[in-house]
Amino acid sequence: MELEKVLRPAELIMAPYPAKVITLATGKKMIVRQAEPDDVPAILKAVKPTIKIERDYYDIVGARVYAELLGWLRHRVRNEYCLIGQVDGILVGLVNGRMLSKRIGISLHTLAIDRGLRVGAHLFAAKMEHHIEYLEQHEVWITAESPIGFRRWMIEYELIKQPNIQHELGGADSFKLTRELYFKHKPRLVSGTRPAPPEMLAHAKKEIIIADEKTISEQICGAKGAWRQ
Amino acid sequence: MRDVAIIGAGMTDFGRLADDDLIDMMASASLRAMKDANLGDTPIDAVYAANMGAGILNRQTGIASALVDTLSLLPAPADTIENGPASGASAVKAGVLAVASGYYDFVLVVGGEKMRNVTGWRATDFVATLTHPYAEYIYGVTLPSMAGMFTRLYMEKYGITEEHLAMVAIKNQENGLLNPYAHIHMKIDMEGILHSPDAIVNNSYVAKPLRLFDCCPVTDGAAAVILCPADMAKKYRKNFVRIAGFGQATDTHTFAERDNPTDLKAVTLACDKAYKMAGITAKDIQLAELHDAFTILEIAESEHAGLFKKGEGAKALEAGITKINGSLPINPSGGLKSRGHPVGATGVAQIAEMTWQIRGDAGPRQVKKHDIGLTVNFGGFGNNVVAFVLRK
Repeated sequence: MELEKVLRPAELIMAPYPAKVITLATGKKMIVRQAEPDDVPAILKAVKPTIKIERDYYDIVGARVYAELLGWLRHRVRNEYCLIGQVDGILVGLVNGRMLSKRIGISLHTLAIDRGLRVGAHLFAAKMEHHIEYLEQHEVWITAESPIGFRRWMIEYELIKQPNIQHELGGADSFKLTRELYFKHKPRLVSGTRPAPPEMLAHAKKEIIIADEKTISEQICGAKGAWRQ
Repeated sequence: MRDVAIIGAGMTDFGRLADDDLIDMMASASLRAMKDANLGDTPIDAVYAANMGAGILNRQTGIASALVDTLSLLPAPADTIENGPASGASAVKAGVLAVASGYYDFVLVVGGEKMRNVTGWRATDFVATLTHPYAEYIYGVTLPSMAGMFTRLYMEKYGITEEHLAMVAIKNQENGLLNPYAHIHMKIDMEGILHSPDAIVNNSYVAKPLRLFDCCPVTDGAAAVILCPADMAKKYRKNFVRIAGFGQATDTHTFAERDNPTDLKAVTLACDKAYKMAGITAKDIQLAELHDAFTILEIAESEHAGLFKKGEGAKALEAGITKINGSLPINPSGGLKSRGHPVGATGVAQIAEMTWQIRGDAGPRQVKKHDIGLTVNFGGFGNNVVAFVLRK
């Protein structure tokens, strides 16, 4: 136990993210809420199939998210959090990040499991909202592993490039979101209603429903082909 | 001139076909159409392949030559037809003229485009190359921006609202759910795309007043039809479909040079020619596949084709007339909005869909009255339009 104390990072106090409800294009309601460590095993069941999906860099993102969430569950990552999106209890996407310091936030990953509904865009916005409005940070450092991520985050939020500042995920130079940029783009990019209706939130918390592997793969890749009968 | 029939139609899935190259897609659609035509050992006399931009998008030219070899149809004559987003219907027109003239008997017309191997930006830029290079393109005009300006003018002139545009999107995505080939299989609703405060993210503006769900997706796909003289058609298919009429018209290349920018003259001229050749009027049309690359175009084309009076397309939409179970269904396939818009394939896909509808083979999206239908393939921003009237 004493050695475990040495291995566990010291944590900063982190304000909770209050759950909200977003109406999707389908008219369905998506609850966005902060996951608890107890939720991690269920979430990992949805992340695991993505590790085998090469399309749009899901394999890299999936593998990294898997490791990050496991690291969080087992107290090997400092100041991490995870926000999840659920529709009728079903996990449709997740984002995670952490506090590098009181002032600086680190955006880790965004993983949309149900595609075509801007689930990723809504969840990324929730992540920025958490860093700036609830964790009260001054800036968030962000990088992208896919062209889709670059288009969504770097361009839509007009992020500031930080030459020679390495994001902890490695890769290209990092970009940053400042408080000023966040509030400039908030009316266009950040949505949702609070408080989330208690019964809806209770239903979401009761069980995280995970689609089967084939469904997850089809949601991400589609099932189309020129020769399909 | 001989009467011309459609004896077979085929289509691939429309969507992101990452594992298939352009020629594969066009070959698959062609084989499906040939099978549907029950051709047996009857040889294909000629091939017309519609494609707008493989030279830019896929670094491949000579599409018809590659396809005819892939299909083992050598030494059949084969031509590639490029007429912007109206390439598909232009290729069908070329095939119809070839059969009508008596020069060929059995003609394969296939359209295809592979657009999803480039980013959305590059696909948008590629389509924008059809605009005037010095008067439009160099100033950054894209088709969505042009459509946005057109929409604004049309809204002001005829009192159309964003709700009307959303109604087109909802209707066509609902129809697309019934079409196994459609790119988009997603039911959307008015709250989610317009009325909810979250709609600003779900359905953000692309080119005001057009939003994301007002625009067709960027799509891969191919479609094909088999044409032959009507007097030979019965041997191959009892319920063949007749080419009753067709028309084509052009308008100024530069949008700003038009006398009235809300007037889609080429649509009216092309449809009038097609009606005249078919010996009908717009009132006789029972269903239509219109070129709804943007939701506004379904409304505007329905008026310019004479299906409704000017300014009354939106009222027809409100009344449910254009729904799949309405009295004049428009885009039962889901249209470009939901089926998708692989530019070179679209005109052929419209005719393939109309063929299935008229035969009564459209499955769950079959409309009630299906004896005579109109297709409108809209090239440029209405500067080259090809219309067909098909009938039983």
